[in-house]
Amino acid sequence: MNDAFARPNSILVLGATSDIARAIVGLLVRDGCERVVLAGRDQVRLAEAAGEAKEAGANFVATLGFDANDVDQAAAVVDSGFSAAGRVDLVVVGLGLLADQPEDERDPRRVTRCLTVNFTWPAAALTRVAEHFREQGSGRALVLSSVAGVRVRRSNYIYGSAKAGLDAYARSLHQTLAGSGGAITVVRPGFVVSRMTEGRSAPPISTTPDAVARDAVAALERGAEVVWSPGYLAAIFRVLRLLPEAIWRRLPF
Amino acid sequence: MPEPILTEGTAPDRSAKQPSVPEAADRILTGWGRTSPTAARVITPGEPADVVQSLSSHNGAVRPGVIARGLGRSYGDAAQCAGGLVIETGRLDWIGAIDDAGEVEVDAGVSLAALLGTSLPQGWFVPVTPGTRQVTIGGAIAADIHGKNHHRDGSFCGHVASITLATPTGVLQVSQSLDPALFWATAGGMGLTGVILGAKIRMRRVETAWMRVDTERHGELQGLMDALERVDTIHRYSVAWLDCSARGRHLGRGILDAGDHASRSELSASAARDPLAAPHDAWFKVPVAVPAGLVGGLSVAAFNRAWYAKSPSRPGRIRPLGGFFHPLDAVANWNRLFGPRGFVQYQFVVPSDRRDVIVSTLELLQRAGAACSMAVLKRFGPGDPGPLSFPMAGWTLALDLPVGPPGLRRALRELDQLVLAAHGRVYLAKDSRLTPAAFAAMYPRLSEFETTLRRVDPEGLMQSDLSRRLRIGSDTR
Repeated sequence: MNDAFARPNSILVLGATSDIARAIVGLLVRDGCERVVLAGRDQVRLAEAAGEAKEAGANFVATLGFDANDVDQAAAVVDSGFSAAGRVDLVVVGLGLLADQPEDERDPRRVTRCLTVNFTWPAAALTRVAEHFREQGSGRALVLSSVAGVRVRRSNYIYGSAKAGLDAYARSLHQTLAGSGGAITVVRPGFVVSRMTEGRSAPPISTTPDAVARDAVAALERGAEVVWSPGYLAAIFRVLRLLPEAIWRRLPF
Repeated sequence: MPEPILTEGTAPDRSAKQPSVPEAADRILTGWGRTSPTAARVITPGEPADVVQSLSSHNGAVRPGVIARGLGRSYGDAAQCAGGLVIETGRLDWIGAIDDAGEVEVDAGVSLAALLGTSLPQGWFVPVTPGTRQVTIGGAIAADIHGKNHHRDGSFCGHVASITLATPTGVLQVSQSLDPALFWATAGGMGLTGVILGAKIRMRRVETAWMRVDTERHGELQGLMDALERVDTIHRYSVAWLDCSARGRHLGRGILDAGDHASRSELSASAARDPLAAPHDAWFKVPVAVPAGLVGGLSVAAFNRAWYAKSPSRPGRIRPLGGFFHPLDAVANWNRLFGPRGFVQYQFVVPSDRRDVIVSTLELLQRAGAACSMAVLKRFGPGDPGPLSFPMAGWTLALDLPVGPPGLRRALRELDQLVLAAHGRVYLAKDSRLTPAAFAAMYPRLSEFETTLRRVDPEGLMQSDLSRRLRIGSDTR
């Protein structure tokens, strides 16, 4: 169960090999989280993440392999995660895949793959997670969205559209959970310098997985529905969202 | 082990009451501190038999978990059970006749306020009362509550002649002589041995509903603690309020109240006309929505200073009993003042020779920037035999701490270690954030408690968010 500061004792991480997810797990475990179930695709990295969690002090760590292209298996993965963890206080949805634009733009299969991994699979999984929360009478999901989905850009619209979809889906699902004991928090990081963005030039404002993890964990106590990381992006995007398309299109990022 | 008894056989005359069917509703529940909300199915049975029925019908459910809930005054997650069944006792409100020896049979859902409303006019006071009348008999037993007279009279369960307990394996009548293991596991057992249906309580004879109170103001902690030790040899009731904002040589300055029940001859002419009038209800109600941070560093410090300043030393004042025992009841829902994130109450006890822990606690919280809105210090007498009962001889300090300051969680973890190192412990009825390891170390008789649990609840049906968080009885749950 959560403590009075909304810190979980038991967590399930979908996309556990992502840098942000690993940083979140590290913070929570060092803060007293004891049970960790890590689900991911890359078995080697998954084993690494499990080792980290154990080292940080978790006394139960289990791993679970899944392929986010296989949407039909999403519910089953979530079910296995819940049964391995027992009761789950916090689900972290951290999987993501950047599209390789502009190369992918003309390949429908690659577009589909990006949409599936970033939107369809997480949305299917979240739907199942919400069901478990209703049954448990408790639980929160931290969903890694992105500012790329807040206002989608020409240079990154495949990934951005998927995140826009996931963001909207998660916030709406949160509303359906009212009164059930379950809740969903959407985390919107800016450009994160991480494994996923390797080889891309960082824009003037960038952040790190550790900083995003700190913001996300701090938001648990507030019970926030939306977390920007860094926090000032909220103010910036309030303005960016209002820009006329003609100007938005010309912005140099 | 006593034979299971039928509730019908011992039930008091309830012919005046309407028959009832418990209605279920899914509700979000929190403790008084309003942290950690979770949802559960809630029923409010009108008869003890309905409780027994719901315990048996819940057997074999996919996801077990049943806990009783009284008036929700536990600060943390003791009276909630995410995804399970919560049995509210509010309609189990029958109060029997008080016999000549002062013994009275009451249902579990009877509040101390309701009991006093009946008993005070007849010259009987409850044996032990916390800082509020708004707790039920069931809760008073489950938390083995203490009051300002602990140094003299011990905690609540020492004044309980018998308990009627609906366990998952049957309804039992338990007392200190009849199944003492189960009686003392239920005393302070946080509702985990079963649903308390009712109890027989030994009341205290009083001449009036008034108190004779000596108030002393002390400018620093050691003098205040010396005074507490001194007044405890003279007075039945004692307590001290500390000004948490005071630092340096004023650290732990505070107001000491020592009191006794006033006799008729001490009352003024107007009070003597109705010497046993029961205390009245709350004066104020806090509205539903209060913004976060209203109770914060500045307002809290100002409140503490004002409280200190308004209470000069005064001997022998005659005061109404409500104001002396239940200052919190003047404002209903005062917990809402802390805003949406709620607050934590941290109450611990350390042995008498560990005054230093009280000092370190105040210093540690100040260093951490925690806004402590209320701090209450008291001496305990010896504890009772309950394996999870909180009181033990020594100093107890209770602190109200709004959730918000970023260092608070870590500071309380440090406090746990201080308390543990001094062989002290934290009060479960207040707790919302202890870890299983710290809890097990603070309550070394946990396994004794769990042995009794296995006997009356082998399937692990009785659960609360607190028992899950602290892994109490985790081998069966």
